[in-house]
Amino acid sequence: MGDMKMNTVGRPSAPDFDVEATSFHTLLGGRGLLQSEKLIFEWDDYHRTGVDFADIAIDTSDLDGLVRGDDLNLPGLTEPECVRHYVRLSQKNHAIDLALYPLGSCTMKHNPRLNEKMARIAGLGDIHPLQPVSTVQGALALMDSLAHWLKTLTGMPAVALSPKAGAHGELCGLLTIKAAHEARGQGHRRTVLVPTSAHGTNPATAAFVGYTVKEVAQTADGRVDVADLASKLGSDVAAIMVTNPNTCGLFERDILEISRLTHEAGAYFYCDGANFNAIVGRVRPGDLGVDAMHINLHKTFSTPHGGGGPGAGPVVLSAALAPFAPRPWVVSAGDGFVIEEHGEADSAANFGRMCAFHGQMGMYIRALTYMLSHGADGLKKVAEDAVLNANYIKASLSDLMSVPFPDGPCMHEALFDDSWLEGTGVTTLDFAKAMIDEGFHPMTMYFPLVVHGAMLIEPTETESRAEMDRFIAVLRALAGAARNGDVARFKGAPYLAPAKRLDETRAARQPRLIFS
Amino acid sequence: MRYLPLSEADRVSMLDKIGVGSIDDLFIDVPQPARRSGTVDLPVYTGELEVEAQLQAFAAQNVSPAKVPFFVGAGAYRHHIPATVDHIIQRSEFLTSYTPYQPEIAQGTLQVLFEFQTQVARLTGMPVANASLYDGSTAAAEGVLMATRVTKRSKAVLSGGLHPHYRETVETLAHAVGITTEACDLAIDDEAEVLNHIDADTACVVVQTPNVFGTATDLTQIAAAAQAAGALLIVVVTEVMSLGLLKSPGEMGADVVAVEGQSIGVPLSFGGPYVGLFAVKEKYLRQMPGRLCGETVDADGERGFVLTLSTREQHIRRDKATSNICTNSGLCALAFSIHMSLLGQEGLKRVARINYAKAHALRDRLAAVPGVEVVTPRFFNEFTVKLPKAAAGVVEALAAQGVLGGVPVSRLGVAPEFDNHLIVATTETVSDRDMDAFVQALKAVL
Repeated sequence: MGDMKMNTVGRPSAPDFDVEATSFHTLLGGRGLLQSEKLIFEWDDYHRTGVDFADIAIDTSDLDGLVRGDDLNLPGLTEPECVRHYVRLSQKNHAIDLALYPLGSCTMKHNPRLNEKMARIAGLGDIHPLQPVSTVQGALALMDSLAHWLKTLTGMPAVALSPKAGAHGELCGLLTIKAAHEARGQGHRRTVLVPTSAHGTNPATAAFVGYTVKEVAQTADGRVDVADLASKLGSDVAAIMVTNPNTCGLFERDILEISRLTHEAGAYFYCDGANFNAIVGRVRPGDLGVDAMHINLHKTFSTPHGGGGPGAGPVVLSAALAPFAPRPWVVSAGDGFVIEEHGEADSAANFGRMCAFHGQMGMYIRALTYMLSHGADGLKKVAEDAVLNANYIKASLSDLMSVPFPDGPCMHEALFDDSWLEGTGVTTLDFAKAMIDEGFHPMTMYFPLVVHGAMLIEPTETESRAEMDRFIAVLRALAGAARNGDVARFKGAPYLAPAKRLDETRAARQPRLIFS
Repeated sequence: MRYLPLSEADRVSMLDKIGVGSIDDLFIDVPQPARRSGTVDLPVYTGELEVEAQLQAFAAQNVSPAKVPFFVGAGAYRHHIPATVDHIIQRSEFLTSYTPYQPEIAQGTLQVLFEFQTQVARLTGMPVANASLYDGSTAAAEGVLMATRVTKRSKAVLSGGLHPHYRETVETLAHAVGITTEACDLAIDDEAEVLNHIDADTACVVVQTPNVFGTATDLTQIAAAAQAAGALLIVVVTEVMSLGLLKSPGEMGADVVAVEGQSIGVPLSFGGPYVGLFAVKEKYLRQMPGRLCGETVDADGERGFVLTLSTREQHIRRDKATSNICTNSGLCALAFSIHMSLLGQEGLKRVARINYAKAHALRDRLAAVPGVEVVTPRFFNEFTVKLPKAAAGVVEALAAQGVLGGVPVSRLGVAPEFDNHLIVATTETVSDRDMDAFVQALKAVL
C-alpha cells in the first residue's frame, strides 16, 4: 500500500484540489470534531460499571466447583462515558440518513421511524417466544397478517416466515426443494443451475446443501441465455436459481419461457427475491412460475440494515412446495391462532427447523408497519419510483459513463462498466472511493461479475429529485476529472473520510481479531 | 405519500429526460401475461396515526411480561436493559448503515465489532470470536459444520441436555449436508451418556450448559474424552448471563462455543432478532463461519479496522465458501456490546449473583409446595420442577390467574416422560411479590 501515500510533487490539475490540505495533521490525531476514540479495553480502570446492582454475597456450595475463577477482564463504563464512546464512534459511519446511498443490490432506502416505534411497544417488543399461546394471540395474528400480505403481493399460496436473512431464506428454499424431490422419488437430482450474474449466496447455498452448481451463460443483452439453460436442463437438475429483476438491473424478458422449460424438466424455479422492490405491487412472482422466493424484509420492506443485520428472509412457496416447508407454522384455529412447532403433529414431509424460535418477529413488525402504511397503491408506487429514479440516473450519466446493456429501460438499478475509464489511470475502485470525498457512499463495485469493473447504482424510491441531481452532479464532475487526467484526486481517495484507505492485505496476513 | 419524495411534476419531467412517455414504458420487459392492471387486493395507503392504532390492536391481544409475574425462559430471558442501549442503537449512523465493506466510512461499526469480538472472547474464555451469527441455535449448527470441516469426519453427538429446538436446528442443517447426528435422550443431568457415543467417527460433541433443564455441568471430562478421540467439544450456552458466575467454556476445554447473546442488550421480541456469539480456539480461526473484523492501519499509519479473511465467504468464494452466510446480526451485536460495556465485569458478576440468589430463593419456595419436586441438581437462574399433573395445563391455568409460570417441557417437543416437567426461570426482574404470586397461584391450580 506504499503507493497510497500522496506524492505532493506532481500537483493535480484541478484547481480546487489541494493534496497538502488533505494531509493536515492535528496535534492529537483527531480530525476536527471527529475524535480519535480509544478502545474500551484501553481504559485504565476495569472495575467501574454503568449499572446499579447490589453487590450481594451468595452461597454457591450447590455448584460443585463450577464457579468462575478467572478474572473476566471486561471493562465497564459509566453511562456518560458509554454514551460518548458510542456517539463518537457513530460519527465515523456513513448512513442512508445522511445521503443517497447508491449500493446496487442492497436497497438502501429510508427506514421509516414509525417501524422502529412499533417494534418497541409493550406487548410486541417484549413478549417471549414460549409464553402460553393464549397470551400471544396478537403476535400470531400479526404473523398471519404479514403472511397474508406477502402471499398476496407475490401471488403465492404459502410462506415460511422463520429464515433470518436472505441467505438463510435461500437455504430454506433449497431445503424445501430437496425435501420435495426426495418425497417424490426424485432425490437423484443433484444439480442446481445458476446464471453467471448471480449473487454469491446462490452458488454458496446450493453447494452448501450438497448440490453441484452449473453456471448458465448470459446473453449479450444481460439476460439468461435460454438456449444454454435448455441445453443444461435434464433429469439431474433439481432447481434453477434466477434473480429477477437480475443483478444487472434488468427484467428477465424470457422469464415465462425459463419457468416453463424448468418445470418441463421436472425441476423447481427458485427466484432470488433480493430485487423484489423493483416490481412489488406491479408484478407477482407467482404469475412468473416461481416455486420459491425469499424476500429480504430489510430491502423491499425497509427494515434497517443496522450495519450488517439483522435481516429477515421469509420464503414464499408454490402449492407444489408448500407441504415441505419447515416448522413452525401459525395456524388459524376457530376464533384464534395456534403455532405448530413440532413435526410429529404435522405430515412427515417438512424438513425440520431453521432456528430455535419463530424467526425475526422484530422485523415482521417493522415490515408489516411499512406495508400497512403504503398499502397496495403505495407499494406499487414504491416500485415505480424506484425504477423511475434508476432510469433517471442512467439517462443523466450515460453520455459520460459507459452502459454495458444500453437497450431498453433498466429496473431499480443502473449498471455501468469501466470501459469509459480506459486510459485514464483511474479504476472503478478509485472512482468509487473518490465519491466518499464528495459525501456519498460508493456504489456497488465489481458486481455483477459478468461486467468488467461494474458500478451498480441503486438510488431507491426514497430519494428526492434534488438529492439525485446533487448525486448526478457529483458523478459528472468526477467523471470529468477522471477524463481530464486528474488522477491524484482518485488514487489516494478518500482523503476526507474518518480514515484513509485501509491496508486490507495486512489485516488478512496477520489476523488480529481481538484486543490483547 | 409520506415516504415518497417525488412530486407528479418531478415524475413527468424525469420521464421526459429518460425519453419515455409513461411509467409503463419502463416495465415493457415484463411479459404481457404477467402485467396487471390496477393494484393487488390489499388495503390502501394509510396515515401514521391509523397504522399506529392497528399495531396497538395486535399488541393489546398479548400479555406483556412487564405486567405480570414472569418466569418464562428456556432459551430466551427477560433481563433489564439500560435505557442507553436502545438510544444508541437508534442513532442513524448505526441503524441505517450497510455492512461495513467501505471501511473508511464505517470505522464506527468496525471498531464496535472489534470490541464485540474481544468481549465475546473474554466472556467465553476463548482466544477468538467472530462478528456474530443469526442466533444461538444457528451458531450451534454452524459449529457442527465447522467441526466436520476441521476433522473431516461426519458424525455429531448431541447431548440429552441440548435445547430440543437447538437439536432440531442442528439436525436440519447437519442432515442437509450429509452429517449424521446421534442425539442422546432428553436428560436432566446425564452428560456421562455422551461419553458412550464418542468414537473414531465423531467430529464433535455438542453439550449445553446450563442445559435446557437448567443444570450446570462440568464439561472438563467430556472435553478430554472428545479431544482424545480427535473430536471437537462444542459448548452451547443459551443464557449468556450465566457466564458472570459459572466457569467459562474455555476454562473447561471447549474447542467451539456457540452462545445465544439475547440476555445482554436484546429484547425478547417473540424470538428474534437475537444474536449468536461464536468463539473458537485460535487454530480454527480460518475455518470460522461468518464475518470477522480485524485490526490494520490506514495509509497514514493510523489504527483502523476492516472486515477480513473474507476469502472464506460467499461473495468471494461462491460455491467454495465455508458457509453461505451474508447478513449477520450487526445491530444486535452492537446492543450486546453497549450493554456489556455498561455492565463491565463488576456489573455482570453482580447481576449474575442476583439471578442466582433469586432463582434459589424461588426453588426453596416451590419445593415447599405440596406435590412439587425440584429436579435440577445445580443451576444458575433456571431450574425444572416435576408437578403432579401435566405441566402444559398448569401453565395455561396459571396464565388464567395472571402468572406466566415457565415453559412446560412438552412445549419443546414430544417426550411423554417429561409431560409433568416445568422449566422455571428467575432473573433480576423478578420481585418477591412476583414469587409470592407464583407460589399462591401454583397452590391454587395444582
